[in-house]
Amino acid sequence: MLKRINDKTEHAVIPGVRIADAGFPAPFRSGLEYSSPARGTWNIVHTGMLIPESHEIYVCAAGCLRGVVLTAAEMGTMDRFSTVAIREHNLLDGDMEDLVIEGVSDIIGKLPKRPPAVLVYTSCVHHFTGTDLDLIYARLRERFPDIDFTDCYMNPIMRKSGLTPDQLMRSRLYMLLHERPLSESAVAVIGNDLPTLQDSDLIRLLRAAGLKIHEITSCRNYEEYQQMAESSVYISYNPDAAPGGDMLAERLGGTHQYLQLSFDEDEIDAGFDRLAEVLSEKTTARAEDVIAALAVIRSEGRNEAADALRETLELIGDTPVVIDYTFCPRPLSLARLLLDNGFKVTKVYADSIPGADRPDFEYLQDHYPDLMLHPTVHAAMRFAATENTCAAEEKGQADGCRVLAIGQKAAYFENTNHFVNVVEGGGMIGYKAITGTLQLMREAYLNEKPMRDLVQIKGLGCEVCVR
Amino acid sequence: MKQTARIISTYSADVMGVSSALFELGGMTVMHDASGCNSTYTTHDEPRWYDMDSMVYISGLSEMEAIMGDDEKLIGDICDAAEQLSPKFIAIAGTPIPTMTGFDFEAVAEVIESRTGIPTFGFPTSGMNTYIHGAFMALEGIAGRFVTEPEALDPDSPYKVNILGLTPLDFSVVGQDASIAKWLEENGLSVVSKWAMGSSLEEISRAAEADVNLVVSAAGLGAARILYRKYGIPAVIGVPVGSVQSDHIWRALTRAAREYRQFRMTDDTEGPRGITRVKIHPNELDPAKENELVAVIGEGITSLSLANAIRFEKGLRTRVLCATECPDGILRKWDRMTPDEDDIIPELADATAVIADPLYKPICPAGAKFIPLPSEAFSGRIFRKDIPDLVADPDAILDQL
Repeated sequence: MLKRINDKTEHAVIPGVRIADAGFPAPFRSGLEYSSPARGTWNIVHTGMLIPESHEIYVCAAGCLRGVVLTAAEMGTMDRFSTVAIREHNLLDGDMEDLVIEGVSDIIGKLPKRPPAVLVYTSCVHHFTGTDLDLIYARLRERFPDIDFTDCYMNPIMRKSGLTPDQLMRSRLYMLLHERPLSESAVAVIGNDLPTLQDSDLIRLLRAAGLKIHEITSCRNYEEYQQMAESSVYISYNPDAAPGGDMLAERLGGTHQYLQLSFDEDEIDAGFDRLAEVLSEKTTARAEDVIAALAVIRSEGRNEAADALRETLELIGDTPVVIDYTFCPRPLSLARLLLDNGFKVTKVYADSIPGADRPDFEYLQDHYPDLMLHPTVHAAMRFAATENTCAAEEKGQADGCRVLAIGQKAAYFENTNHFVNVVEGGGMIGYKAITGTLQLMREAYLNEKPMRDLVQIKGLGCEVCVR
Repeated sequence: MKQTARIISTYSADVMGVSSALFELGGMTVMHDASGCNSTYTTHDEPRWYDMDSMVYISGLSEMEAIMGDDEKLIGDICDAAEQLSPKFIAIAGTPIPTMTGFDFEAVAEVIESRTGIPTFGFPTSGMNTYIHGAFMALEGIAGRFVTEPEALDPDSPYKVNILGLTPLDFSVVGQDASIAKWLEENGLSVVSKWAMGSSLEEISRAAEADVNLVVSAAGLGAARILYRKYGIPAVIGVPVGSVQSDHIWRALTRAAREYRQFRMTDDTEGPRGITRVKIHPNELDPAKENELVAVIGEGITSLSLANAIRFEKGLRTRVLCATECPDGILRKWDRMTPDEDDIIPELADATAVIADPLYKPICPAGAKFIPLPSEAFSGRIFRKDIPDLVADPDAILDQL
């Protein structure tokens, strides 16, 4: 528990709102922002490292470099990571283009082995000084014609303008693909940090359709990465990957299909129906094979989901369940599924409501108005872990599974070792998202995990990048 | 090329230095930044984040607020949070974009203080200097604002001392701060305050009761300067690593304290001696092993103290390669300021041993013995369990030479 520095005797007020009283899409006023110790979500360093054999070069101020360089150090990829530090005189000298061009060139010249691709990350400073990025990349491509360069960005000041940094980074993952003839027997699952589970509905369907499946997480070298360009259909299911999928379709000519991650059976079915149509139309997969495979997957999925819901509810009963947005992009869809099936979901930690969750938000407002929404970055959340622990102790709930958390931030704020340690959906899609989540809930209920140690690890699952 | 790093890490930045220095004092530090600084700080720079409820936040600056110069959003957000959370003081520290837009830290701090009644600092950090620059500024600000006039002197009391420049970025959380205090107490000195690990703001406000300051990193030099200017308290610079050096430091401390106490008691018109530097043996005087040179890379004062210990205890030549800000007059003439990777590499060419953070190892010559000495300021939490308490156990490094 946190040691109190200010010797405050009164309890801090933890910000929260009944969902019935919450506004959409921002239930909380923005203000000073707090950063919890839960670190499992990926950042732009992790994501960029998914391109095999690539080298990342960041051009930023020291304060901005600090977080990314130590991300690389912690994931063991310092040999694929370099920096160019911007100093105060660079702001006055107007030499930002030279600094980037010469700095990147200097680093490339020192590398023991020429990388096939270099990701150059510029920052907020370049945006505000009007740095000529086109000139920079033109010069670099002239100097190093054997290297593929792409523009990446660490400019969080733009997070409320246009594409978010996360959306932009996911789109950059595929900008290095060279155009090649499309193969109607190949598809790519794009935009995920974590590999799609092999027993997920999506992979089962694609396999049953006889299609070759590309996914960046399984590319062992740069050539395998380039082979993704042959795909005739690009399938994304992370909302932040969708803009990149559209860009890829426009550039390489394939078809992008966004498959909505959902915990609602009808929505799952609708999404897969649309995908089946695209696969039948754009690939070598025969429509009857796709439809037949989908019917089997759907039937099994529904039965398994029903069984899993029953089994899980029997086990955890009325134990309070709390969910946070880092677990998956659709926290309210999950909350709705669980509440409709008798689980006692009490809180959802989310600073805003994703657009795709709006129908669930409105449904929950009508049917479960007392469900509480809590922010994660509000300044007073600094004291949430302590306050929740104190409250539990006062109620004599300190032992056993007093609360089951789904997601790292929920686990931290509730100070519980009974939690589902997954970020970004964990590669689960389709009915597998339901059955997989319920299985993880059962495991979390029965077994404690060292929450303090686990949630502080950056980029959960990022070892997939080290190859 | 200057400013490039092919493979080594980056030191914690000035904005993090402010937060680290003020962390335990009950205030609220706001990094005026878009995003990222706070998670970087709390993950890599602040080992106390999980265990102490200090208030460190970012402002969440957006593109439009920066372009439109909308300082009122920041002021309002800080005032709202302060009203709810009642910090003892407020500190605003800057990052690159406020630096570029000419954000007026002093004026905004004044506005906030007038609205909230809470002492408020505006520290014009840019995110482009190292943590030493920010911590220096922050502790200097605390010294100027919170230290109160000392009570009447008890001439029979033991000499009193403040320890200035303690942050986990240089001393981690492995007990070095406590070891320094213990060493002082065991040698008959009474510790008034520790800036800023292990002391409350109230204890720090009594710092003018001290007879002498011990400055253990360059982060403490700003506070030392203020305490000298306002109260005439002298300072001794160095970390008590190794018995011979510790003896030098103790003698320097007691001599300075004696002179200061005499000054206070007699109202000596000549004034106190001011900042006193620990006597350092020049390399060329006693080269026990002429062909051996130990390079120590890191913060100036802590590295110099380790170099002195090596010199005193092992008789080896040393060279400090200081990668953080260090005022003139601290390092020796053969030491070097080396902020960049390309500054460091040639300085290591003739080294027979290198003592540095493990993330420096890839640029160290293969022929030199590499002795890892992790620094939170460079590698963050990665090697924390391997950071030794050099005050209590200097042999953790010395025995490897």
